[in-house]
Amino acid sequence: MLEFVLDRAPDLAYRSFQHVSLVVQCVALATVVAVAAALLVTTVPRLKPVANFISSVGLTVPSLALLGLMLPVVGIGTLPSVAVVTFYAALPILRNAVVGLEGVSANLLESARGMGMNPLLTFLRVQLPMAWPVILAGLRVSTQMSMGVAAIAAYALGPGLGGWIFTGLAQIGGQNAVNYALTATIAIVVLALLLDLLLRLLGRFTISRGISA
Amino acid sequence: MTTTEPTPTTDAAPESVSGAEIVFDRVTKSYSSQGRPAVDSLSLTIPAGQIVMFVGPSGCGKTTSLKMINRLHEPTSGTITINGKDVRGQDPDDLRRQVGYVIQGGSLFPHMTVAQNIGLVPGLLRWDKQRIAERVEELLDLVGLDPVRYRDRFPRELSGGQQQRVGVARGLAADPPVILMDEPFGAVDPITRQRLQDELMSIQSELKKTIVCVTHDIDEAIKLGDRILILQEHAQIAQYDTPEAILSAPANEFVEDFVGSGSALKALSLTRVEEVELTEWTTATVGEPVGPVLERARAARQKSVVVLDQRRRPVDWVNIKALTGETVPAPVDEARDLHQIDHRATLNDALDTMLVSAYAGVIVTGRRDQYVGVATFEAVTALITARNEAARQAQEDADEQ
Repeated sequence: MLEFVLDRAPDLAYRSFQHVSLVVQCVALATVVAVAAALLVTTVPRLKPVANFISSVGLTVPSLALLGLMLPVVGIGTLPSVAVVTFYAALPILRNAVVGLEGVSANLLESARGMGMNPLLTFLRVQLPMAWPVILAGLRVSTQMSMGVAAIAAYALGPGLGGWIFTGLAQIGGQNAVNYALTATIAIVVLALLLDLLLRLLGRFTISRGISA
Repeated sequence: MTTTEPTPTTDAAPESVSGAEIVFDRVTKSYSSQGRPAVDSLSLTIPAGQIVMFVGPSGCGKTTSLKMINRLHEPTSGTITINGKDVRGQDPDDLRRQVGYVIQGGSLFPHMTVAQNIGLVPGLLRWDKQRIAERVEELLDLVGLDPVRYRDRFPRELSGGQQQRVGVARGLAADPPVILMDEPFGAVDPITRQRLQDELMSIQSELKKTIVCVTHDIDEAIKLGDRILILQEHAQIAQYDTPEAILSAPANEFVEDFVGSGSALKALSLTRVEEVELTEWTTATVGEPVGPVLERARAARQKSVVVLDQRRRPVDWVNIKALTGETVPAPVDEARDLHQIDHRATLNDALDTMLVSAYAGVIVTGRRDQYVGVATFEAVTALITARNEAARQAQEDADEQ
């Protein structure tokens, strides 16, 4: 297997990079979308049941099924991968962002307004920093999950390590089938752990010492 | 008797008043089209540079009335002016940056340091960094917290009383002429509350702001207020007068009930410690040689000395027998309660503190916690006796007529 990996080292590195790049970009996009949605939900309480419904039911939809449903709309290649990964990535972040933003006491928000902060400043300087630890926790869950979802999204010829897994599955019984699937899977796990480590470091630098655990 | 216009104060407003006059003119606030409004046509003048306490049962509209001043609530009709300017003619955010706002527990932002919390409004007003840092230092000093020790702490690293002090400092940060306080000392224990109240009065005697403070505690209102506004349901004024007038001549049964019994005891809250004849006590500075100190104490026939730090703040009160070393030592236990009170504290507080003091007296401090003298039990009781005598005399004179 070592020989197998060494032979394909450039391809492995390239696919790893693609995989991580896809996940990082999709999670970033999902964070912006989810936090914006959470802000909307916390300001218009009637939307809260809708958000809860989407974030719990959404996770029960099999990713392969969703991919299949999307193919007629977005075609094959990178685009369906981005759509599916972003969709799943947004769900845990949305849920945590709603909890986090709701956790900021009304008293503090009124205090902020009473000091002359407009709604945007109140959000950026009070709500977001205070909800950040909870949002970041959702972001970590989301990143782990997205690493797996991105592999499946490769079924529609998307980028990343998923391609190797499907190559392996397609040639079951063949010479390198297990090598392809196993190498890709291990690489995904290792990369996921690395990303988690980076996110924990991010937390250390971005969560105020006044509210960190 | 329902006074809405304040009786003119005898001494004309001193030049140092930095507060602004607030006028409510037939202010009404209704939450629904049906029923009587929460605040029904409230008219009121709050004189510049005074502390006015809003008291009343819950739901009487006192907090709503307060929040209409900085437009956290908008009146349905009527106008509120600060220094003659209609608050509704100004951008709400600009207005709020010029009106200090202090609420229960300090409401500090937990993710910001003490310095960041205090510097928030100056930051919004785009002061430069250097000026903000200096201001933070000045304010921490004013509320009795050592800037070096506290400015970089987070709120959760402070006690409730310290958080509240920072809350007051934050309200004062941009030097606003008007400060609104909503149950500012509601969340702290009674002893800390008493200290904070004393400090607020000390600060006010320096700054002369217009302070509007909502409380449900009539004793707090009597102690702090230059004037007290007692509200009934729908923010109807039951009485608006000085604490003395409210205690001695309640306008109606509602006020009488609200003020409650024991008004003689409450009147103790109207007399400040600064009116007591203070005893000169022997003092020593930390680090000073013991010999001369002992001589001074013996000459004054006193068995104990008050130890001051370099800035003349009392740090210890020791028996002379304990002074055995070469120099006067710094106190061993810094956190020990020293039984000291501010010169603006009430006789009520002084008596309270004396009961737990080892020396039948209490150290009185003035501006910035500096030592002023010692109020002894005898001096306090002498003052009360004199006051009672004067009151009885006045009563007899009144009966004769």
